[in-house]
Amino acid sequence: MKEQNCVKMEFPSRSVNEGYARAAVGAFAAQLDMTLTELNDVKTAVSEAVTNAIVHGYPEGPGTVTLRLRILEGDTLEVQVKDKGRGIEDVDKAREPLFTTGGEDRSGMGFTIMESFMDSVKVRSKPGSGTAVTMRKRVARRNHAR
Amino acid sequence: MRLLTTERGGKLTVALAGELDHHGAREAARKLEESLEAAMPRECVLDLGGLKFMDSSGIAIILRLYKRLQAIGGRLTVVNVPDQPMRVLDASGIDRMIRIEAEQNQ
Repeated sequence: MKEQNCVKMEFPSRSVNEGYARAAVGAFAAQLDMTLTELNDVKTAVSEAVTNAIVHGYPEGPGTVTLRLRILEGDTLEVQVKDKGRGIEDVDKAREPLFTTGGEDRSGMGFTIMESFMDSVKVRSKPGSGTAVTMRKRVARRNHAR
Repeated sequence: MRLLTTERGGKLTVALAGELDHHGAREAARKLEESLEAAMPRECVLDLGGLKFMDSSGIAIILRLYKRLQAIGGRLTVVNVPDQPMRVLDASGIDRMIRIEAEQNQ
């Protein structure tokens, strides 16, 4: 799919930046004609992916999280959240509902929510090298005067 | 993340406001534990009406609260859930375990 616009940002894996990532995706996605529900779904999915990078990618200290946002032809938003942290041993297991290695503080519903709220979620991970989560959402077409 | 608790006749009401993500959840969880330990309520009402955002960190908080209440024979009801947090609750299936009401009945 042809790219129409792209931004890329990096930030340290500090939890305070979860809100920043949501705000950034909200500002970028405003270029698409999204409903409030669609926009909130994207922000929620981004919050989950960024939290995973912070909590599971870099459990022992700060690292860099990369957020890449692209608008692709066909009214599609693509979000990629990438870390160079610990990586995931078993991606299929990590995607199962309620599975978590984060103890009582985590619900294990992060991937389930990403999958519910986005059209596609792809996870590439290598233990010791990091994880990249790439999600896409196509904006539903609405008939209205422009 | 703001948390306001009120207690009356064995009923603890906890109102959350702001953004409930992983960043805000740690402090919210700590304050909730303190409130539960102090009140040991028979009934707890979690009012989400002031939330501007919630992700799965909120699910973890609710499940934790539910388990703590079960252990002391208490009951949990979640009320006043705004649209965005409700979509997260729906996606998680938590409504099969926990009572969610549209509005708080006084």
